Amino acid sequence: MMVELAIKLGVCALVLGGVLNFAGMQTWLERKQSALMQDRIGANRAYFTIPWWLGGLPVNWILRKLGGLGILNAIADILKLLTKEDLIPEKGNRFLHTLAPLLSVFFALMAFCAIPIGPTVHLWGRDIPLQVANVNAGLLFVLALGSIGVYGVILAGMVSGNNLSTLGGLRASSQMISYEIALGISLIGAIIWYGTLDLQLMIERQGTYLLGGWLPHWGVVVQPLGCLIFMTAALAHTKRVPFDLPEAEPEIIGYFTEYSGMKFGLFFLTDFVEVVLVSALTTVLFFGGWQVPYLAPDGFYFPWGAFVPVSHLGYVIWGLVSFTVKVTAFIWFFMLIRWTLPRFRYDQLMHLGWKILFPLSLLNIAATSVIAVATR
Amino acid sequence: MSTLSEQLLHRIRDAHKRREMTWWERTYLPAIAQGLWLTSRHFWRNLFLHIAHRVGLFRDVPAAVTIQYPDQQRQMAPRLRTRHRLTKRADGTPRCVACMMCETVCPARCIYIVAGEHPDPNVEKVPKSFDIDLGKCVYCGYCVEACPEDAIRMDTQRHDIAAYSRDGMWLDIKELLNPGSKQFGEPPEKFVQLPPPPSR
Ligand code: SF4
Ligand code: SF4
Repeated sequence: MMVELAIKLGVCALVLGGVLNFAGMQTWLERKQSALMQDRIGANRAYFTIPWWLGGLPVNWILRKLGGLGILNAIADILKLLTKEDLIPEKGNRFLHTLAPLLSVFFALMAFCAIPIGPTVHLWGRDIPLQVANVNAGLLFVLALGSIGVYGVILAGMVSGNNLSTLGGLRASSQMISYEIALGISLIGAIIWYGTLDLQLMIERQGTYLLGGWLPHWGVVVQPLGCLIFMTAALAHTKRVPFDLPEAEPEIIGYFTEYSGMKFGLFFLTDFVEVVLVSALTTVLFFGGWQVPYLAPDGFYFPWGAFVPVSHLGYVIWGLVSFTVKVTAFIWFFMLIRWTLPRFRYDQLMHLGWKILFPLSLLNIAATSVIAVATR
Repeated sequence: MSTLSEQLLHRIRDAHKRREMTWWERTYLPAIAQGLWLTSRHFWRNLFLHIAHRVGLFRDVPAAVTIQYPDQQRQMAPRLRTRHRLTKRADGTPRCVACMMCETVCPARCIYIVAGEHPDPNVEKVPKSFDIDLGKCVYCGYCVEACPEDAIRMDTQRHDIAAYSRDGMWLDIKELLNPGSKQFGEPPEKFVQLPPPPSR
């Protein structure tokens, strides 16, 4: 019993630590990637030194280098957010005002429970799934938590005692309705194809091959349209440019105008956590999760006949690394989109959600059903 | 073969004869892909160059257009009107003959000259003090154009001033004769006078 608890806690720590680090490093990625894309240098001036009796020169040398890369800006951000005054507007509701960011970040983090980050580990006669909670309807669980997360945003807008924030919260709710439907329906195709709602099972079923063993049976291969719709809707879910209507820092005022300090930081963190979440979901649903092409539990079976054996530990590590690499690549890709496309107008978003993505996802279901029935 | 940016420019020029978009264009997917291609190309190019610079390769290809200002100075065009200086004669005394032309023409009225007598009867006059209030100066360059003696120029290539008070922005005659000798932020000194030039 205690051992099982310890193992679960270990897996939790792995997932939570991974997610929070990925989310935190996105502040760095955001600064540096946008800088590189725009021929700039980006943040490179934040650094601190420690006194010589605490490690002295070598540590300071490393800190200097990290500062030059702009990584220490993340620490500066956090220090600034933590030490800033926490203002609650007079007309606002103290309790709900504090609750809103917590709700928002809590549900975003909760959704990671159902996401398998690697294959099941067989160790000391135990089966350890690298997944916090083995929910058999994992996909529905993630989608449900994703939708609840928006309540934090709406609440933040409503209880701030500021009409413009309220409008921002309302924009968030209408945006949610217009993309969430397409988001859910675009996945039904994948559910039909893999015949399960269990994410771990879904990944395992992506481990087969098409075209004589050359092409991995990934979701993006069999569900290209579903993948495209899902990624578009998922982008809207992260509330970042080009779908950042709820916050829209530069001109139309967003839902967290009345937040300062770490509460604002939590909303910011939620956005980044959600980027990690949708990257992980895209990986799991459409890019084979932790699967490495041609890797079976006992080794690589290459389509040209070669075989390279891999130990069980090696298999697990390959899986974890593959998942991390894929998620990182998607975070990079979403960041690329965020710094390339301009923001949608409100009516354009509605148009896109209701008149384009929704019918397309219905079409996707119909086509998938026909093909699935015809081929089985 | 035209490059992508040339194609884009061409499209902007032809924007007035905009045609109906085809079905494929109206999905916006090609345009989005083009945009992502452009930005990611910049990303990978600059990433490669930054790493190459670290190991000492391609140092002459810049990876960013940024000039890291206090550490690096931008190269100014020589004709740019920058902070003033007073030119000197061969013996080191100012060329200025205190004719007050610049003080008169200055639209901001920020030049203050106190004339003194020059020991050389051919020169007649020399400024005892020559102050410019940079806080008022509009860098129009009229003072340079008005000067009959080519005694004042605006070619020091210095343009950054920061002081804690308006009075801190005064340039006195010592600074004007030797640009760069004054530390801004020093307590202001107005109407500093040079020792009278030695008689010959
Ligand atoms: S540049 Fe113009 S404003 Fe400045 S001192 Fe000369 S004449 Fe006056
Ligand atoms: S115009 Fe020239 S010579 Fe006359 S006072 Fe000004 S700087 Fe001196």
